[in-house]
Amino acid sequence: MNDQRPWWRPDGFLLYAIIYLTFIYLPVLFLPLFSFNSSKYIAFPLKSFTLKWYHQMVNSPSMLEALLNSVKVGLIVAIVSTILGLLAAKALTRYRLPGRGSVISFIMIPLVIPEIILAISLLILISQLDIPLSLWTVGFSHSLLCTPFAMLVLISRMEGFDNSLEEAALDLGENGWMTFWRVTFPIVLPGIVASLLLTFTISFDEFVLAFFLSSTDATLPIYIWSSLRFPTKIPAVLALGSSIFVISFFVVSFAEWLRRRGIKLESTSGI
Amino acid sequence: MKTSSTTAPHHNSGISLARLFQTSEAVRGYTLLSPTLLALLLGLAMPLAVLFTLSFWIQDYLDFIRTFSLKNYIDFFQKPIYGKILIKSIRMSGLVTLATVLLAYPMAYFIAFRIQHNKLIWLILITVPFWTSYLLRVFAWKLMLGYNGVINSGLKTLGFISEPLEFLLYNPAAVMITLAHAWAAFAILPIYVSLEKIDRSLLEAARDLGENAFITFVRVTLPLSLPGVIAASLLVFIPTVGDYVTPSLVGGPSGIMIGNIIQSMFGKALNWPLGAAISVISMLTVALMISLFLWGTQSFRRKVA
Repeated sequence: MNDQRPWWRPDGFLLYAIIYLTFIYLPVLFLPLFSFNSSKYIAFPLKSFTLKWYHQMVNSPSMLEALLNSVKVGLIVAIVSTILGLLAAKALTRYRLPGRGSVISFIMIPLVIPEIILAISLLILISQLDIPLSLWTVGFSHSLLCTPFAMLVLISRMEGFDNSLEEAALDLGENGWMTFWRVTFPIVLPGIVASLLLTFTISFDEFVLAFFLSSTDATLPIYIWSSLRFPTKIPAVLALGSSIFVISFFVVSFAEWLRRRGIKLESTSGI
Repeated sequence: MKTSSTTAPHHNSGISLARLFQTSEAVRGYTLLSPTLLALLLGLAMPLAVLFTLSFWIQDYLDFIRTFSLKNYIDFFQKPIYGKILIKSIRMSGLVTLATVLLAYPMAYFIAFRIQHNKLIWLILITVPFWTSYLLRVFAWKLMLGYNGVINSGLKTLGFISEPLEFLLYNPAAVMITLAHAWAAFAILPIYVSLEKIDRSLLEAARDLGENAFITFVRVTLPLSLPGVIAASLLVFIPTVGDYVTPSLVGGPSGIMIGNIIQSMFGKALNWPLGAAISVISMLTVALMISLFLWGTQSFRRKVA
């Protein structure tokens, strides 16, 4: 912190930061609160503490099925979009390409089109081709949406990459695949992990594309959307939301711990 | 790389083709890019082309009349409701963007310039609320603003009101507050990145040359952070202008946006071609607004810097 602050200017910024954090945290903190409230109406005053919504959550097959669907779609999307992003990032950082700028803008288009328009365009195409809607169509649309994110994360990791490392491996007689596996991959790995996490998260929470492009198999956001219309279902949804929040907190903390450990290892081994 | 592609002169065309593949950066690069580009052609260029085509067809019960017609576009301009809602949506999103970016800037500035250690902790602290499902975050505002919600109960307990205020929820203001909250992190992060990149010696130089803190900010910090501000504005404006989740949860009849209209054309109203035409017009309008915005920020930059 800045020590030379004159007495007449207290740290307004710190005050502002606290107010700002209150604004972004406050509404969200009420969600877990109501997941422990014994009234089935989401309104004040609070009644008493209960865990029954967590019991209801575990015993709701449709909710768990939606959760499982979202995890399945998320995993496939994470892998597909990370591979597509990796290929694009590799090509864009490794080679001097004519038309590089236009290629990047083209891949970024999903980010600059409102999602609803992306969703209906795909819906029209898919229905014109007579392809049945399923979790696969949802996964396809999510992969499109996630590829630019994957590419951006991986480009930023690869930009500092020293091409001479790869050339050295090739000169030493490794073939292209082994060079990738033993030289490129370990260096890019943190970027790949970040990309997998990010794309999984985006897909897991994506509602608009899933809403238009799924049939009877609901993903979790679709399940949440439909239960928001039935007040009695909401407390269990809040219980699930709070559980997911806690789990993601641990996953992110674990990832951060891994990252720090990675940095420590890199610095001790002199890389 | 350059040397290897110019050394060997090739005579045999078969060999030279193979060599071209091995040595030409462009060919190898595009080969590597081809799966990604193919997926995007299939999933992006084609659907948008189909959307454009469909906007010139006409809905006929459950089928389309597949001959070129401008009917949907004429409909759009003859029924003022669509245009009005489009303009209202752009105005609402514009205000949301302005509010979000203005509120985010000091926060990003605080992390970039005032925090010396543990910046990452602050960044994580800002993103944590956004791990909650988007739908539940929107729902949380229903909880805040609702009839028996947080604000009403709070004011009642404190004795300021005897009956809950009903005007808090189901109006455009509720939609805008909810959107500004939901997209806060998307504004802070790009602004933070651009502030963090600023070379601190430039600021010191400006101060050494006798500029005061305010002038230094306006003439050095602000122009240099403009790319982040632009990115933040686009990241908030584009998704919010087409959102229909938030208006349908907290907007009520007066808070509907163009996304709700498009959604209904593909749902209850069942008029896909008109929905497609509204989408095309919305996309073009949004693109126009963005171009104007970029042009405006560019000229601002030239004037100040």
